[in-house]
Amino acid sequence: METTNPEYFENKAETTTDRAVPKVKGNETEKDITETAAARTRGRRKIMQSIFFFLFRGAAAVNGIALFIIIFFLLKNGLSAISWTFLTQPPMDSMTSGGIFPCIVGTLCLGIGAIIAALPVGVASGIYLNEYARPGLMLRILRLGISNLAGVPSVVFGLFGLAFFCIILKMGVSILAGALTLATLTLPVIIGSTEEALKSVPDTYREASLALGATKWQTIYRVVLPAAMPGILTGAILGLSRAAGETAPIMFTGAVFFAPGKWPSSLLDSVMALPYHIYVLATAGTEIEKTRPLQYGTAIVLIALVLGINLGALIWRSRLRKRLK
Amino acid sequence: MTDNNLKIISANLDFYYNDFKALHNVDLKFTKQQVTALIGPSGCGKSTYLRCLNRMNDLIPGTRVDGEILMDGQDIYDPSVDVVLLRRRIGMVFQKPNPFPKTIFENIAYGMRVNGIKDKAFIESHVEKSLNQAALWEEVKDRLYESALGLSGGQQQRLCIARALAVEPEVLLMDEPCSALDPIATQKIEELIQGLKKEYTIIIVTHSMQQAARVSDVTAFFYMGKLIEVGDTDTIFTKPKLRQTEDYITGRFG
Amino acid sequence: MAEKAQTTEKMMHIFFFCIASASITILFLIMIFLFKEGLPIFKTVSVKAFIFGEYWYPTSDPADFGIFPLIVASLTVTVFSALISIPLGVMTAVYLAEIASQKVGEIVKPVVELLAALPSVVIGFFGMVLVAPFLQRIFDIPTGLNLFNASLMLAFMAVPTICSISEDAIHSVPVALKEASMALGATHFETIIKVIVPASISGICTAIILGMSRAVGETMVVLMVAGGAAMVPESVFDPVRPMPASIAAEMGEAPIGSDHYYALFATGIVLFIFTLVFNIVADYIANKYRQVGEASL
Repeated sequence: METTNPEYFENKAETTTDRAVPKVKGNETEKDITETAAARTRGRRKIMQSIFFFLFRGAAAVNGIALFIIIFFLLKNGLSAISWTFLTQPPMDSMTSGGIFPCIVGTLCLGIGAIIAALPVGVASGIYLNEYARPGLMLRILRLGISNLAGVPSVVFGLFGLAFFCIILKMGVSILAGALTLATLTLPVIIGSTEEALKSVPDTYREASLALGATKWQTIYRVVLPAAMPGILTGAILGLSRAAGETAPIMFTGAVFFAPGKWPSSLLDSVMALPYHIYVLATAGTEIEKTRPLQYGTAIVLIALVLGINLGALIWRSRLRKRLK
Repeated sequence: MTDNNLKIISANLDFYYNDFKALHNVDLKFTKQQVTALIGPSGCGKSTYLRCLNRMNDLIPGTRVDGEILMDGQDIYDPSVDVVLLRRRIGMVFQKPNPFPKTIFENIAYGMRVNGIKDKAFIESHVEKSLNQAALWEEVKDRLYESALGLSGGQQQRLCIARALAVEPEVLLMDEPCSALDPIATQKIEELIQGLKKEYTIIIVTHSMQQAARVSDVTAFFYMGKLIEVGDTDTIFTKPKLRQTEDYITGRFG
Repeated sequence: MAEKAQTTEKMMHIFFFCIASASITILFLIMIFLFKEGLPIFKTVSVKAFIFGEYWYPTSDPADFGIFPLIVASLTVTVFSALISIPLGVMTAVYLAEIASQKVGEIVKPVVELLAALPSVVIGFFGMVLVAPFLQRIFDIPTGLNLFNASLMLAFMAVPTICSISEDAIHSVPVALKEASMALGATHFETIIKVIVPASISGICTAIILGMSRAVGETMVVLMVAGGAAMVPESVFDPVRPMPASIAAEMGEAPIGSDHYYALFATGIVLFIFTLVFNIVADYIANKYRQVGEASL
């Protein structure tokens, strides 16, 4: 299997960076050929790796830079707007001054309402999918439904909420309608995190309980759920932060430009909400430039709320994981 | 150390996973054209030791090596050593067959391609040669361009051996290559090893003492991260010097 | 006694099944209501005129309900954002899964998660008040609220989706394949490009499709940043009006039961179908090519 073809190697043009290797003559063994080829191209391969790893690192860094720039500029421009009055007072002078207290209350009402509605359904769905369901067409359809629900655009949820909750169920533009709309949107998030939490419970727990004569439901209720609870609650918190930050679904269902007073008096009241407040001040207000500081301030409060909730959940999760190790 | 027949020498080799010391002071020499078997109970460090020989453990964060491993007189852990070129010279076959999800041909050609060989004719002839060396050519020559995942377990393992041979290594490391195979496939691989030892220095980790006795010239017995005894396979299996070795070999091990 | 326990078990099974069907029920309700409120517009305009009509003047008299410019806007914005988000997201995923040390990974991963957690209205606001004036100045264009800005902002909303799903896919490639490649003398980079990425390509494709689906349906960013002109763009610096923006901006003013109201729901149908197709394709790919890598015996 000796061969005399000298063209075993890379293009000549690419060899400038490579180690000088004596020109190949005939009668070389395959071993020599492989060895020289490896040695000869090694420099180029090393450089390729350096270049691309540099690019990969760069891509990762871009994310960090983007997050940093967004937060930095919002803080730089908006921190001065934050004050005790801003956080605790309603808007004044047709929304050109004053605070955003009703927006904070409204956002919390909508977010918490959404979780109250979505959590039981989401957790029960997760239990079915992970504990009861057997592989088959039915499960496949259910999963397809959930993944597609997760992919529905947020504005379409808004349309649905408007047509179904506000008009057909006669809730009008209200906390109830808004919270239920947000709940439909949060549902897939909660199902996903519940399933993940249930999956992380070792099968040995289930087997041990079943072997002791417990029924399936007893096993789930007394053994599996308690073990999965931290994960489920983390998921619920993440769902809450997602719901609190959404705008499009509540635009036509729960949030309004201005609501009088600090507190809503019933579930059928409409409310102001932080995300919608930012949107209307920035695009539809009468004095867009004049209220810029208020817009920045509201954005900071919203980010602080959402990221605070997230960060709390992440820290909690990592701490729980460490404890479980 | 200049003994021309010695391919690899490890001296005072310690190995750590973070704080855990997995290997203690291993001194071992591997001779060219011989098969050395590493035996011992699970967790004794024989696989870890094998993976030190081609620096595969570098891939696991938190691991550290003390001592030296010389290959042809050169310390392979020396900072000047290019680990990528080193691994080309030391082939490895793993516990479970791990063909790439590519065609049979591409599996074999992969190593040549990454090592800078582009000549099609050379690659083709070499794929055939390697498959022949691994006694697989006759079985797969008509389906070279089908997925390697369609082969049986034993065929996949021979494919992995062919893949390793295709980059012209000098040493062949085998980490329990038959543990996932049936007896017939195992026999084929063992015959293969006998044939390959004329050209390569072979080091095989095995949990089967019969296998060690059948294929190897030298046997090293590991226990609790230490090399307990090493010697001619015949000697180790008939009159080991140490009680521990004898207990393990005769199956009286706790 | 035993019989009673069995009946309870059966009841539990059925109970949980019913609740688990809630998601799919909601999905159906969404479709039903979109169609119920959207189809009446086709009494006024034909389907063809609606989808391919080039003029969207819903409030003039007589009104024009052609959403072609809106569809084109949605697609161009999505494509341009994908040009940014795909390389960025996939490369970040490769970095996280393969290159980053554990310590650095523990910093970068939360950064990506926090990026995902930023409310869309905040990203829209950022694009509007900071990026737009910046673009206007450096490119010397009439408005910074345009296709390019919207694509840029959307890209950063899609990156976390693409990154985290791709990362999972890359992680699921068996270590055995990586070791096999490295043991043959391939560099880490060659192993990534020739073994790891091909073995996880179906997961990466799923990630990309879901990321694009997110971009096409994202509302607040395009509402605030895209510029809002309902015309087919001729350059990347033209203002556009993607479908979600149109729905969100006009729904408040459209009287319930008017043609305009129906037209917006019909636009919602088109948008919904777009994302449905994206998601079904993603699901199909994810399921069809789930088995990768390690040899099965």
